[in-house]
Amino acid sequence: MSSRALAFLVPAIVILAFWLMSRWEARQGHDPTHKSFFERNGTVLGIAFVGLVAFWTLFLVTLPYLYMVVESFHPRLPPAKRGGPEDIATIAQYTSFFVNPTDGAWNTTHMYAFVYTIVVSAAVTFINLCICYPLAYYMAQSGTTQKVRLLMLGLIVPYWVNEILRAFSIRLLLASKGLINQGLMGIGITDAPIDFLGNNTGMWVGLSYANLLIMIFPLYNAIESLDKNQIEAARDLGAPWWKIHRDVVIPYAKPGIASGCTMVFMLAAGSLAAPLFLGGPRTLWFTSIVYDFFFQAFNWPRGSAYAFILLAACIAFVMFMLRLFKVKLGEAIR
Amino acid sequence: MTSGTVMKGMLGFYIFLFFLYLFGPLMVMGVTAFNTPSYPQAVPFESFTLDWFVKLWNHRAMMEGLVNSIIIGLGVVVLSVPIGLAASIIMNQIYHRARSLFYLVTISPLLTPGVIIGISTVIFWKDAFGLTEFTKDTFYKGIILSILGQSSFVAAYCLLIIMARLTRFDRAQEEAALDLGATYPQVFWHILLPFLKPALFSAGVIAFLSSFENYNTTTFAILADKTLVTVLAGEVRQGTTPALSALAVIIIGLSLAGAVIYEVLKRREEAAASAMKERARLAERGELELA
Repeated sequence: MSSRALAFLVPAIVILAFWLMSRWEARQGHDPTHKSFFERNGTVLGIAFVGLVAFWTLFLVTLPYLYMVVESFHPRLPPAKRGGPEDIATIAQYTSFFVNPTDGAWNTTHMYAFVYTIVVSAAVTFINLCICYPLAYYMAQSGTTQKVRLLMLGLIVPYWVNEILRAFSIRLLLASKGLINQGLMGIGITDAPIDFLGNNTGMWVGLSYANLLIMIFPLYNAIESLDKNQIEAARDLGAPWWKIHRDVVIPYAKPGIASGCTMVFMLAAGSLAAPLFLGGPRTLWFTSIVYDFFFQAFNWPRGSAYAFILLAACIAFVMFMLRLFKVKLGEAIR
Repeated sequence: MTSGTVMKGMLGFYIFLFFLYLFGPLMVMGVTAFNTPSYPQAVPFESFTLDWFVKLWNHRAMMEGLVNSIIIGLGVVVLSVPIGLAASIIMNQIYHRARSLFYLVTISPLLTPGVIIGISTVIFWKDAFGLTEFTKDTFYKGIILSILGQSSFVAAYCLLIIMARLTRFDRAQEEAALDLGATYPQVFWHILLPFLKPALFSAGVIAFLSSFENYNTTTFAILADKTLVTVLAGEVRQGTTPALSALAVIIIGLSLAGAVIYEVLKRREEAAASAMKERARLAERGELELA
């Protein structure tokens, strides 16, 4: 169990850091009118607040994550042998991502699935940005209050229907007996139904459809605060519409764009429903592989390692996006 | 035709396409719920039926899942709204240097894929509850793990919602109460909490809804139990039946009703607020005239 105890050490260090920071700051700017946290809230409430937040940040957030990482550095063992002499730290789960442990060949299947997941998620993010930008701009800058309210309502209502049923509705539409294939055959464009689900069109549509709202709200919030006079000024000076967007609106809306892209990418890369219900039978989506390690192979350490690889890739991508748009993390998530 | 009208027409067409994309699949699904063929199809519409709703009602697993979903949703509300409130108050009072680190820790669940939250919750609590036989038998259950796992990110939503209102709180109110002899806890219960009430309410609604429709985290954390969404997922994987469309029709109907009620309440509140303002203005004028 000793290596698992490591997971408990890190939060302890972070809490110590917080405490030292507060001591240091209190000494730096000594302010006689300043009241300590417990004076300001009363002892009982103060303890309740700190207790709730400590429970959340420790037991629901940091400890489980760290514990998962620690688990991923362990071999796969039956429950009885856990913590025994065979339970040693190993990076075997991570190397198995690159080299197949059974035959020693390159693990191309999983590496391909990983790259595929990242590329498709990035592409879906970009597609959604393109689809949502015009509407967000219209709602933020030229729509009347009444109209915008109605559009908002129209945007929100479909998202009360849960993810699974939305995927189901797309599947009904795109299935070989679905409405689109009926229509295409009715017009005479094709004779046989097109396998939209088999060739992954369904998955692309599903991923984009599921995350439209996630993209549109950050964009709308960012563009809404742009002063209309700036656009007027650019127009009066003779800038064509595309130049206004390139040089005025988009630079201003950067934090919104970064935040929308970050969220959509994260949700797409981590999504399970769209690839599961809308992807073709041969589609290997990375989260589905993780899912199978847990529920079919019962190999939790390897599943944890793969989950951590996914998490690391997502964080790297987000950092890259923020660097690209020169936005700080605090601005992007609001 | 001027270029302005062309632009306007194109914009209108674009918005039409956007909403067609948004609503089209749902409308087609809605039609299939009332059509007789057992394969959900909208065209040709053979004849009108309500059988699929009856089938849905008689679907045992789905009803069991629904009950579990509601229990989990309420559990998440009870756990994450107070956490969000506490975190937003701490965030407001914490030292500047520590704030960004605190922010990063509290917001990180929103940036973590739901699958990973589910996995880490199960791995951690399996060992934590497994320490004694008693805790393992009492607490190592799908419903409890789902509440814990979902709360980790739902509490972050609550934090953001409550924080948005807390930053608009006028400290002068607090000082006035303190000058009049209130203690700090009294200020919290009688001034701050009523001020935050609308935010607490919307945090509760959002918490329940996001718990209710969560799939990625729940599918891991629920273990051998089931929620409505995991039952649905199983059904969709196995095949397609118009009973699922019927469920969607019910959900859309409920949400439309909810949206309309919300809109009416909001209008009424606005009207009440403006009436109050008018009355205050008249009262003030009256006082001036008396003086």
